[in-house]
Amino acid sequence: MTEAHANGYYVAPPSPWPPLAAAGAFLLLGGFALWLHGYGPLVSAIGGAVVVFVAFRWFGAVIGESRAGVYHAASNRSFRYGMMWFIFSEVMFFGVFFGALFYLHYLAVPWLGGEGAKGAAHLLWPHFVNQWPLLVPPNPSEFTIPKEAMGPLGIPTFNTVVLMSSGVTVILAHRALLAERRRALAGWLAVTIALGLAFVALQAHEYRHAYLDLNLTLNSGVYGSTFFLLTGFHGLHVILGATVLTVILARVLQGDFSPADHFGFKAASWYWHFVDAVWVGLYLFVYWW
Amino acid sequence: MTTDALHPSASGAGPVWRGWRRWLFTTSHKDIGTLYLTFSLIMFFAGGILAELIRAQLIQPGMRLVEPNTFNSLVSEHGLTMIFLAIMPALVGLANWQIPLMIGAPDMALPRVNNWSFWLLPFAAILLWSGFLMAGGAPDAGWTFYAPLSTKYGPPSIDFMIFAIHLMGISSVMGALNIIVTIINLRAPSMRMMDMPLFVWSWLITAFLLLLAMPILAGVVTMVLADRHFGTSFFNAAGGGDPVLFQHLFWFFGHPEVYIMILPVFGVISEILPTFSRKPLFGRVSMIYAIAAIALLSVIVWAHHMFAVGLPVTAQLFFMYSTMLISVPTGVKVFNWTATMWRGSLTFETPMLFALGFLFLFTIGGLSGLMLADVPADYQYTRSYFVVAHLHYVLVTGSLFGIIAAVYYWLPKWTGHRIDERIGRWHFWLSLVSSNLLFFPMHFAGLSGMPRRVADYAPQFAPFNLASSIGAFIFGASQLLFVWAVIKAIRGGEPAGDRPWEGARGLEWTLPSPPPAHTFATPPSPEVVRAEGPHGYD
Ligand code: HEM
Ligand SMILES: [Cu+2]
Repeated sequence: MTEAHANGYYVAPPSPWPPLAAAGAFLLLGGFALWLHGYGPLVSAIGGAVVVFVAFRWFGAVIGESRAGVYHAASNRSFRYGMMWFIFSEVMFFGVFFGALFYLHYLAVPWLGGEGAKGAAHLLWPHFVNQWPLLVPPNPSEFTIPKEAMGPLGIPTFNTVVLMSSGVTVILAHRALLAERRRALAGWLAVTIALGLAFVALQAHEYRHAYLDLNLTLNSGVYGSTFFLLTGFHGLHVILGATVLTVILARVLQGDFSPADHFGFKAASWYWHFVDAVWVGLYLFVYWW
Repeated sequence: MTTDALHPSASGAGPVWRGWRRWLFTTSHKDIGTLYLTFSLIMFFAGGILAELIRAQLIQPGMRLVEPNTFNSLVSEHGLTMIFLAIMPALVGLANWQIPLMIGAPDMALPRVNNWSFWLLPFAAILLWSGFLMAGGAPDAGWTFYAPLSTKYGPPSIDFMIFAIHLMGISSVMGALNIIVTIINLRAPSMRMMDMPLFVWSWLITAFLLLLAMPILAGVVTMVLADRHFGTSFFNAAGGGDPVLFQHLFWFFGHPEVYIMILPVFGVISEILPTFSRKPLFGRVSMIYAIAAIALLSVIVWAHHMFAVGLPVTAQLFFMYSTMLISVPTGVKVFNWTATMWRGSLTFETPMLFALGFLFLFTIGGLSGLMLADVPADYQYTRSYFVVAHLHYVLVTGSLFGIIAAVYYWLPKWTGHRIDERIGRWHFWLSLVSSNLLFFPMHFAGLSGMPRRVADYAPQFAPFNLASSIGAFIFGASQLLFVWAVIKAIRGGEPAGDRPWEGARGLEWTLPSPPPAHTFATPPSPEVVRAEGPHGYD
């Protein structure tokens, strides 16, 4: 608190990026809605381009300010707290999908199968049998029926090892940063990114397997719904995290970050650990239970 | 510091933009606060026009002003607009203007993010209202957009609503974390947490609720989108899903959301009552704990909105008792506010009038809430006009009155001019009478069985509805007085001086009115902080 004032807390000057970022988000999402209604992806693509452009310029401005030395302890603390609470909001976002998974698995599907406090729901589809993973939904004629569920062994377990190791390598990168071993820092970061990309590639392969071999799709009832939404949003976060780490790697190669001052690196690695932790939840509750 | 010449900081002047660029590019919490408040006022009138159309349609049975389907859109858009684009932005606008001034901070902690939070909202408004121009009409599933009304049976505009909600969600999350960081990190060094003004405390707690609740809403609308377009069946029993799951998730967001709309107002009232009673807030510490307790409890009461959907009995009991428990900290607050005025030297300027109006009328809303919290009784009241009466007492005569009180209270600080008390008084008394004419009969309409969200009704409800509609027209027209008072204060008037209300304490009153562009580049001294803090009346 004290430094906040002693050094003159840095208040950013007026900037065109925030309103442009808002406009980009508007085009991206509004364009997506248009796309869903047959107007093609053009507007959405423009919005995406604006968002990427603004992200470059905005973060570029922040990096420039950081290099110019206008940030002091208080500014860094603001960034740190901001990032922490942002990750908290992301945790809540995944929380909804996990909540939905538990509700469907432990309440809704058993009720439809005639068990528990609301078992009268069985009257709707008397032939329905409660099971999880739910392969045959109450009204099978409306859905693609999967041959089998996605087992936890094989790719999911291997991917767990991949992602967990990437959590370790990012810690090793941090150690190297603190010890000023720049080559090791860049090396471990590159390994982390590679592991992340390997994870995404394997996940894509698994999706292919699900759709082509198992007949497991988004349209397979709640098992497919929860499986794909949870793993899909997680995968998007891995891609985002890997992209951020790549930017960090580029900055490392340009000589940014010192043992005393490397908030950008830290934020990216926190995000990476968060993505890791979500995966552990996924692995346990989507694949095993 | 050489860099200061290049990069203006709080202590240096920035490049000064004039005209529209100033408002578009700004990073000043004062400009952004003004933007939020102005936008919210516009949306308040936009949502108000929808409300007047609703009341015109309901003025007598058999009216054919709008088609029943359009009526559903009016009701849905009214609710969504008022909640997400009027009340919430107004509260964030107050936070923007006031929190840095009240804690002696140079600005918000992340000024660019702050501006981004604001500018997302006008775009969200465009998406939300675009439905009125679409085939199938605007979203018509209610502000709660239950599945399957929003999934299987929703018009195309629901997708635009979903993305509007995503934009508003990003805005709220960014705004909330900015507020948290500002309060924790930029407070004047000598201001202890427990000495922070109540308005700041209430916003700190609200910001945590926002971080908790908004991502949930984002997840829910994403599932609705997936059910609509990508073949999932989260809310479709044929695929093993459950429409009741939608309600659980929605209300897990929704109930904290209603407290998000009232807690900052609790803070406002806790600032205004001491000022015009010329006494410190009674039970200050217990007020802080009460807000925290309400916020904690608000996370475990959501299913009181779903008593009639067929929950297991144990769940009904749990949610009934947890809901009733909230009235304990709420009672603490009402008691302390009343005790604050006890033996004070009261005067009744406009902010005080609205604060008193809040105190009485919000309490009525709390009492009807208690009736609704009773499971067997709620079986009778739910989905009826009684619920509409409840929610408008807490939101219009509660939140909105509080916001109006706050604007009258701090407007002299923002503009440098005193408000016109005559207009303010007219505004208050007209609003007070008309809002009760508008909302009180809804209790009776509901108790005698009139369902909510219907475009027509049985003749026995006619007198109640006629009264409500007349009240609505007067209430709507009276709000023009508010606009007049605000514009008048902006354009001129008696100079406010630093401390236009002699009984007011707080760091904001040590600054000139209007405050210069950059304030508290150096922190206020410990003596000033102490003198303006909770012990300032000693
Ligand atoms: C003593 C405190 C309160 C209690 C016990 C309470 C209880 C309830 C209950 C049980 C319902 C559900 C009624 C039904 O649909 O059958 C309800 C609805 C509602 N309450 Fe409250 N409430 C309280 C305070 C508040 C406050 C402070 C706000 C907002 C500022 C609020 C806003 C609402 C809204 C908007 C609804 C209607 C939601 C809808 O559209 O269905 N309530 N309240
Ligand atoms: Cu509630």
